[in-house]
Amino acid sequence: MSTDKPSTNDPAAGALLRVEDLKVHFPVHGGVFQRQVDAVKAVDGVSFHVMEGETLGLVGESGCGKSTTGLAVLKMLPITAGKVIFAGTDISGYSSRQVRPIRRSMQMVYQDPFGSLDPRMTVQSIIAEPMEVHRLYPGRRVRKERVIELMNIVGLRADMIDRYPHEFSGGQRQRIGIARALAAEPRLIICDEPVSALDVSIQAQVVNLLQDLQERLGLACVFIAHDLAVVRHVSRRVAVMYLGQIVEISSRDDLYSRPLHPYTQALMAAIPVADPVAEAARPRQVISGEVPSALRPPSGCRFHPRCQHAMPICAKERPELRSDSGRAVACHLYGPTGGASED
Amino acid sequence: MTIPPLIEVRNLTTTFGKGPGAVRAVDDVSFDVKPGETVAIVGESGSGKSATALSILRLLPNPPGRIASGEVVFEGQDLTQLPESKMRQIRGNRISMISQEPMTSLNPSLTVGLQIAEPINQHLGLSWAESYRKAEELLSRVRVPDARQRLAAHPHQFSGGMRQRIMIAIALACQPRLIIADEPTTALDVTVQAQILELLKDVTRESGASLILITHDLGVVARYADRVNVMYAGRIVEATSTHALFASPLHPYTRGLMASIPRLDQAAGSRLVPIPGQPPDLSRLPAGCCFAPRCAEASDRCRVGDPLLMTAAPGHMHACWNAPHVH
Repeated sequence: MSTDKPSTNDPAAGALLRVEDLKVHFPVHGGVFQRQVDAVKAVDGVSFHVMEGETLGLVGESGCGKSTTGLAVLKMLPITAGKVIFAGTDISGYSSRQVRPIRRSMQMVYQDPFGSLDPRMTVQSIIAEPMEVHRLYPGRRVRKERVIELMNIVGLRADMIDRYPHEFSGGQRQRIGIARALAAEPRLIICDEPVSALDVSIQAQVVNLLQDLQERLGLACVFIAHDLAVVRHVSRRVAVMYLGQIVEISSRDDLYSRPLHPYTQALMAAIPVADPVAEAARPRQVISGEVPSALRPPSGCRFHPRCQHAMPICAKERPELRSDSGRAVACHLYGPTGGASED
Repeated sequence: MTIPPLIEVRNLTTTFGKGPGAVRAVDDVSFDVKPGETVAIVGESGSGKSATALSILRLLPNPPGRIASGEVVFEGQDLTQLPESKMRQIRGNRISMISQEPMTSLNPSLTVGLQIAEPINQHLGLSWAESYRKAEELLSRVRVPDARQRLAAHPHQFSGGMRQRIMIAIALACQPRLIIADEPTTALDVTVQAQILELLKDVTRESGASLILITHDLGVVARYADRVNVMYAGRIVEATSTHALFASPLHPYTRGLMASIPRLDQAAGSRLVPIPGQPPDLSRLPAGCCFAPRCAEASDRCRVGDPLLMTAAPGHMHACWNAPHVH
């Protein structure tokens, strides 16, 4: 039960995406000369991997660093430290010119289907743009055919091809965003809260579409969301983030049937279930306080000021993310010094 | 079991715009709330749930919004007929409101102490010194730490969750009989959302006030409401007790909503069943039942006749031709 050593049967071997000890710090300037006086540690030592065709859910509340992680993986933000290895190539040191061909294989679907589409472009030009950038399907006719094919895949009618984004509903706009991401024929898509701006009856349509696409196209996906219930529907494995760090990562079924980290447990208890009978039987454990500032994160375990199981060691030492039989949790309760057995 | 309702909304219709382009945001809505009861209004965006709340308080921007017909009887008087000066004595006093975005509802340039004390001074006629003392009490009641010091702080110095606590303190200031909470936690994080809803439940229970809880989240309904009104395209399509709604939902829209939301306690890997299509454009409503174009069970009758609320069982109403009902 000692700390992890790199073993020969590394579960991350052959992973499509590997993130190792990723750190993204945003400098804070101050004083007369606007020197850097501090840093917001938005992402502070995050490691995970995504296999080919696999969906990893990345959950947490606002400010936990989940979106920053997504942007850093795509190299849309400067990485402070750590590695992003995509298809065996370490791209963390790449310049924006070097990373451009790689981006073809890693596409993003954004939260806001209103802000992420250019209102002056037709659906045709929005979906064709990545093909232009990456020189795919050259020739007007061929490209238009491909646009129509993609519209079919995401469930948009071909006769909508010359319309503008404002003529579509939120759910349809999100479909356009997904078609645009697919246009570059990526191996990995990063979805940042793709359904949270949509109405509940529309959310399910988009969730099902994403599930179908993964199955049909064998896409790998990082699904970033705050809603644990939505994440469960699309993910094979789930990582829970809190204040810039991963506190727990495991297979979906393990995580939801038996969450280990007190934060994961609290997050699940906080979500009401749409059934008054089941609801009355569930534990009602409301954690106090709010997520502290990433500028001054608490010492030791960052969750300890809000944790009802906090022990003296939790304020002093940062718990390692320990893995044991496929599950990993960063909590002193499960460490060698913890004592508390799993309950 | 015949407690007179605290508030009774009867055939309320609210329109936006004029002439043929007018839209019925609230269409013939009737419901009541008994003393101490929590009644949810659940629906998606554009269903008319917020417009209903604003109509009750007569806070609709006029023009374009206008109460076209109906009554809102609160403590024996019809609020739709009151002069504005009388209405002002009711708002923030007998009925108060908690809105979704605390940052836009609080005045950024005034201290929170003043904003809590003001309604006490205005409505209850207490001196400013006494009002501030009350404000401090209220702040600690909504569990804002260091209440006395925090009275002098401005809204931007608080987090989103703390601001919503301040909104609740203001709402409670004059011991209202009715609190209308319009999506009170939608802008907040999951763990903070749970804190605020628990707080809202505790304070309404302590004060005996009634609560109209407007939400899009069926989970919140299941956890906190006694009775529910489901709204779609400006109408109430199903109304019953929370238990009956979840045990035997009758309207296809209600059932569709339940099948389309992911639940934490479902079997893993199960598939969601979305409602096809999208909510109708209120300015171009279909003939017959508004939900018919999206409804798998729609028959010819649904595309012609407009279903009104029918009774299926005592206290259980729905607007669906195909659901069981008594004549």
